[in-house]
Amino acid sequence: MTNYDGGVILAIDSSAGASVAVLDDGQVRAQWRTAVTTTHAEVLAEAVAQTMREAEVTGAGLRGVVVGVGPGPFTGLRVGLALAHSLAEVWGVPLHGVCSLDSLAQRAVAQPAESSASAEGEFLAASDARRREVYWARYRADAQGFAELLDGPQVSAAAELPDLPVVGVGASLYPQVLTARSALESQWLPDAVELGLLAQRELRRGGAPGSTGPSATPDTAGPAQPDITARSVLRDPLPLYLRDSDAKVPAQMRAKQAS
Amino acid sequence: MTDASSARRAPLVLGIETSCDETGVGIVRGTHMLANTVSSSMEEHVRFGGVIPEIAARAHLEAFVPTLRQALDTAGIELRDVDAIAVTAGPGLAGALMVGLSAAKGLALAADKPLYGVNHLVAHVGVGLLDPAGESVAGPAGLRTLPENTGALLVSGGHTEILRIGSLTSDVQLLGSTIDDAAGEAFDKTARLLGLGYPGGPAIDAAAATGDPRAFRFPRGLTMPKFEGSVEAPGKHRHNWSFSGLKTAVARAVEQFEVAGRPVPVADIAASFQEAVVDVITAKAVRAAGEHGITTLMLGGGVAANKRLRELLAERCAAAGIELRIPPVSLCTDNGAMVAALGAQLVAAGVAPSSLQIPADSSQPVERISV
Ligand SMILES: [Zn+2]
Repeated sequence: MTNYDGGVILAIDSSAGASVAVLDDGQVRAQWRTAVTTTHAEVLAEAVAQTMREAEVTGAGLRGVVVGVGPGPFTGLRVGLALAHSLAEVWGVPLHGVCSLDSLAQRAVAQPAESSASAEGEFLAASDARRREVYWARYRADAQGFAELLDGPQVSAAAELPDLPVVGVGASLYPQVLTARSALESQWLPDAVELGLLAQRELRRGGAPGSTGPSATPDTAGPAQPDITARSVLRDPLPLYLRDSDAKVPAQMRAKQAS
Repeated sequence: MTDASSARRAPLVLGIETSCDETGVGIVRGTHMLANTVSSSMEEHVRFGGVIPEIAARAHLEAFVPTLRQALDTAGIELRDVDAIAVTAGPGLAGALMVGLSAAKGLALAADKPLYGVNHLVAHVGVGLLDPAGESVAGPAGLRTLPENTGALLVSGGHTEILRIGSLTSDVQLLGSTIDDAAGEAFDKTARLLGLGYPGGPAIDAAAATGDPRAFRFPRGLTMPKFEGSVEAPGKHRHNWSFSGLKTAVARAVEQFEVAGRPVPVADIAASFQEAVVDVITAKAVRAAGEHGITTLMLGGGVAANKRLRELLAERCAAAGIELRIPPVSLCTDNGAMVAALGAQLVAAGVAPSSLQIPADSSQPVERISV
């Protein structure tokens, strides 16, 4: 049996389309994705099984599970999170959440735009929040070539965003008010590959251990130099809803509660 | 299986239920219940006077792992010990179902266990097979079976059905159901109208205690001859219920008092409303049972806690010569043990497991016992 060096992680995102990746110290071993937004509950578990087979890794060989915590449409988002919670629980490995928009930002930093906008400058990552709004966050590239979150994530009408170049599908939805960094980049959806890369980098430099799982061990491979200036990309593995449940208290109940 | 003792060992099954506002994880060995852990988001729905699907779905995700851990702890087993994972695939609230289904798929995938996506309504019946409290009377195969000619009356905030069960694993038939609100929903809406709070069932039950059930004559839905027909020529809605007209009638009664500036007789209205619901539910259920040769009727669903429903149903079943079985209330409301109990029956019957790609089906028909 292969003796893994402990660096293999499984990453899952279901914040827009859905995607799965197995990464081994920054290298993608296998990946899967779909842009379909309505079938997460059906396809995602099988996609994880298939991607792990392709990567020739078992739960016992994983160092952790990384999951995109959105923001994104709630039902699909929860499908990925519920799956990830179960996997990490059974395998006894740490579960790390990463903001799904970070994935768009990381791709933007890793693939500098062919357009005039500079990769070092600030930019926005935006995804579809429906109801004429976008989920968005503001980033810049740090000195090591990773995306650094400056502001957000939040949900707003597209017209209310700062005037900066935008990557992610949010840009293509509101071309009148948003300036896409490039046409291609305005088709981007969040992906598990970058979420995995970001989390692995954070873990290498001694980021927060996972929130669950008994086998969270300190990283011995990398130089443990916590970067106190940058905030960790690792978050609690719970959805970034950014919106209330929308439930309205019925008039009769309001009257009763007021009295 | 060559080893006789392992062949006869009843299946150890973990069941997951998230179709409404209860996050349930139960564990059974055959018909012996080892754990039944339920985490409810009911409190979060109180100010809305009804279950808010999005709030329920959010709560399921947060409650799932703690509920799972507690159930395993109570049963004193580990997930790798189980023979199968069963989960409610439907019917229920789509967003809520998907949380449990996805979590169950994760468990099945990670622990390499067969997955059974089961029908929530049939699971309510499956609970009737569990050993009575403190009793472990499992036979050599560890599995008791339902009596022949069993029926089930399910009454809750999400459903109102009468079923005929030929076999729990292969033959379940829907005899009748509500065509609009579930009975529990009618209780919730009426409690809201009367300012009695949520959940409506217990609130109405309490208010009705001092009221006169004959003070108001509220309608019994779908009881007119054109709907019911006769035994020989049954009407379209002979065994169906409708509660929307009743709700409207209650609203009109309340309004008349308010317009006249008189105090609303809450206890009388509550008692009369409850009588109307319970009367039509039991009358139609017992008649449907009689006409389909049902000799044992099981009651399930959260409204099974209602005193008047139990009383009148017991009376009418006795008069019709039908044996009535009512599980403890904690097993009548939604829970994981009922899902596990049905799962164990499916495993024992050799039914093929579900694929990892099964969907959540918010309107899954009762005939689809597993998917
Ligand atoms: Zn139920």
